[in-house]
Amino acid sequence: MNEAQRLVELIPRLRRYARALVGDRATADDLVQDTLERAWAKLHLYRRGTDLRAWLFTVMHNVHVNRVRASRITDPLEDDMPELAQRAPQGDALLVRDLDRAITRLPAEQRAVLLLVTLEEMSYEQVARTLGIPIGTVMSRLSRAREKLRAMMLGQPATAKLKLVK
Amino acid sequence: MSDPVTEADLQAYADGELPEERRAAVGAWLTAHPEDAERIESYRRLAEELRGTYQGVLDEPVPERLERALRPARVRRAAVVAMWALLAAALGAIVGWQLHAMRPAAAPSADVAASMAHRAVVAHATYSPEVRHPVEVGADQEAHLVAWLSKRLGTQLRAPKLEAVGYSLVGGRLLPGENGPVAHFMYQCNRGTRVTIYVRSDMGSNRSTAFRYAREGNVGVFYWVDNKLGYAISSADISKEDLLNVANAAYQQLNPP
Repeated sequence: MNEAQRLVELIPRLRRYARALVGDRATADDLVQDTLERAWAKLHLYRRGTDLRAWLFTVMHNVHVNRVRASRITDPLEDDMPELAQRAPQGDALLVRDLDRAITRLPAEQRAVLLLVTLEEMSYEQVARTLGIPIGTVMSRLSRAREKLRAMMLGQPATAKLKLVK
Repeated sequence: MSDPVTEADLQAYADGELPEERRAAVGAWLTAHPEDAERIESYRRLAEELRGTYQGVLDEPVPERLERALRPARVRRAAVVAMWALLAAALGAIVGWQLHAMRPAAAPSADVAASMAHRAVVAHATYSPEVRHPVEVGADQEAHLVAWLSKRLGTQLRAPKLEAVGYSLVGGRLLPGENGPVAHFMYQCNRGTRVTIYVRSDMGSNRSTAFRYAREGNVGVFYWVDNKLGYAISSADISKEDLLNVANAAYQQLNPP
């Protein structure tokens, strides 16, 4: 199977990751389209025999960072933002009803790590390679992302739902 | 006594990433620390929830535009042959009409970029065969050339260095574009093959496009848009691979990562 066919097969996974990363469907598919166009143009830079999925997700990561930068979305790209700049976890728990909305509230860099580990089920080493960061950074972002997410979802166990009272 | 249990161990435990020999030790530790055990269990549940939330996306039909992104427009042989005759007759106008007729409808931004590529091809076909006057300002006055064109285009331009891929600067000129002045740089290899770089500074939007390829007649062109700047690199009679090599060298200098 050639690279083009393998890229086509990876589209659903790119879409899933993009959807979780940016939230809405149209923006996510725009991101996927830009990623595929770029991957296609840069395919000669892909080294045969290496992990095509990791390479493709690296392309997506770069495209995403550029898009965020270009649109100047006020997104906390750095995960070392002072805690003061963030909403108090308790307040979030009241506002955030869905896991998907909670995800979009994580700083972008933590979100990327968390999604690659949980959705793509990449090893820490693959995540480090995909995002071009040290493995220690993967671990610290993952742990911070999880703790924030847990705090946001606190009091709203995602499986427990509304009780019908008649 | 085994190593102390770290936060990294706990995360790895939740992800099933912990090496086999470490698992028992961490499991035992968690039994003795129920609060952490509960926290790690909630991480594992969150991961499951997350996979559950987005599982459906995998089964959605893939929009056609996404698959199309991997299938760039193919060259049509018949069109190429026809183009040869047309090029000889009345290059600009007729090629424009022909192109328009054969190009499927595309997004507006793609259209602007494609129309830039078309103009770049025409400019290449017009100036690169020139023996006596291929450029207005020669490479011996490179600094003046770049300063002049930068001033006219209202933005700082650069003439990329392409010696590493076998091409050296011949010089450049100012051209009229769709909506304003355009900079045109010409390069040549020692076998006499010429490559031209067409630069527009009025692409307007803050949108960038991917690297694209098109071919008209015997002229191939790689083009892309980077914010307000549009670039198109054209050459005739060299393979797509060779042109890509040159275009890549230029791209990397013009759009440093």
